[in-house]
Amino acid sequence: MNRRQLRKARNGLFLALSVAATLVGLACLAAILWTLVSNGIAGMSSRVFTQMTPPPGSEGGLLNALYGSAIMTLLGICMGSPIGMLAGTYLSEYGRSSRLSTLIRFINDILLSAPSIIIGLFIYEILVVRMGHFSAIAGAVALAVIAIPVSLRTTEDMLNLVPAGMKDASAALGAYPWRTVISVVYPAARSGIVTGLLLAIARISGETAPLLFTALNDQFWSTKLNAPMANLPVVIFQFSLSPYKDWQQLAWAGALIITVTILVLSISARMLLSLLQSDRGGKP
Amino acid sequence: MRPPAAPVTDATIAAPDVKVEIRSLNFFYGAQQALFDINMTLENRSITAFIGPSGCGKSTLLRVLNRMYALYPQQRAEGEVRMDGTDILADQVDVAELRYRVGMVFQKPTPFPMSVFENVAFGLRLAGSARGARLKERVESALRDAAIWDEVKDKLHVDGRSLSGGQQQRICIARAIAVEPEVLLLDEPTAALDPISTLRVEETLQTLREKFCIVVVTHNLQQAARVSNVTGFMYLGQLVEMGPSSTIFTSPANRKTDDYITGRFG
Repeated sequence: MNRRQLRKARNGLFLALSVAATLVGLACLAAILWTLVSNGIAGMSSRVFTQMTPPPGSEGGLLNALYGSAIMTLLGICMGSPIGMLAGTYLSEYGRSSRLSTLIRFINDILLSAPSIIIGLFIYEILVVRMGHFSAIAGAVALAVIAIPVSLRTTEDMLNLVPAGMKDASAALGAYPWRTVISVVYPAARSGIVTGLLLAIARISGETAPLLFTALNDQFWSTKLNAPMANLPVVIFQFSLSPYKDWQQLAWAGALIITVTILVLSISARMLLSLLQSDRGGKP
Repeated sequence: MRPPAAPVTDATIAAPDVKVEIRSLNFFYGAQQALFDINMTLENRSITAFIGPSGCGKSTLLRVLNRMYALYPQQRAEGEVRMDGTDILADQVDVAELRYRVGMVFQKPTPFPMSVFENVAFGLRLAGSARGARLKERVESALRDAAIWDEVKDKLHVDGRSLSGGQQQRICIARAIAVEPEVLLLDEPTAALDPISTLRVEETLQTLREKFCIVVVTHNLQQAARVSNVTGFMYLGQLVEMGPSSTIFTSPANRKTDDYITGRFG
């Protein structure tokens, strides 16, 4: 075998290996989605969206859990993303290369990859224990803590995409940095910021561990923020571990709902992002 | 670090027509020096052009005059730049206030993500100097001065970024002159424009000359010869020669200037 054939053969080997690895990954994903969809569809019915979580053996749905998830996700985003966005703004516009920024970025990266069960335990310690009981508020705070680093990172990245020339032009007109940020940078990065928001929502809407330690669960309809509240991830967790067939059915339905929601959020985020990038050309 | 700050208001009264006086200006990007001992004066109601090969420091010089460089922490200037007798490099100078008096147009058009009208009104709103009907008047007259009014008068509400490059640049000129700055800096303002838009902008500069002290950096020697009354030739961070444009372009005193304007290098 001459040199050229050897190189060709090596190339072929690497190609085959990487294609095989991709196929294994895709096959796993397809298997998961298939199991989820087939089982989830079977458990799907109008009851899922209209009735409360049932005791074992009787009919019921997931309404209280859907409501609880929506409320806690909403509250978590409302608390978490403004903090993340403002911090991201600081990193991108004010303290680009200061020592504090380097520290914030480092800590944020740790927070971004921290296991969510740790964050659940943390909120359990500082809120649940002091309040003396589980509550929806504690759940929302735990979700907020998870949303902060996501929203910080995307905000910084998106603001960095705004051309420096635009910021300079604003400064050259005598605008103070805050005015430049509010009137020029935020509008220019609008779709990027919305994308970040969607990604943060997608991230926290499937979290189970932090809610297990904070919001816990509630079998019945409850809108009290100061009390335990049902939510999809914990309901799925409990129902799927139970020996009851109908509970397991509901767990599958819930899992499908969460997956579809996250899928829709992620796809819209991606579409917005590509829209933003085609904006870069200047003309619509 | 700059040497101990000189008194801000100088006792020596500048000659009536001198707007800016630069004394022993040195400029650094980090450790690298970009301007070496620049001395010059810029006059009111005149257009000064700076020419020279890329990297010679012309744009850097402009960025000192409105302290744009202060946005970037590694960049610093040493020396004195007196505007109406006041050293604008002094620490206590309010840069926002300075930039309001010293307008700047960049090489690349930089329309803001807002309507044409709001783009031009931006500086006026910042200064709070005009409202309502008065604001509309000032926006319109700035657009007229920038020779773009006829093209945009029916689309004042469209996003500034949707216009053509040449139109965007004239919007940016309108935005800079709307606040009636005392000094107007233009950094290769027509580099991205077609010949017709370039002509318009040059005509605009001629009209504006009566009001402002205009400084323009250009790679286009014909343009410098056409629009300016004073021309400075810069090379490797130094001001080689400066004088009436007619002299610089016909009988320059320095050999390097001659080589450059006759196209032997650069």
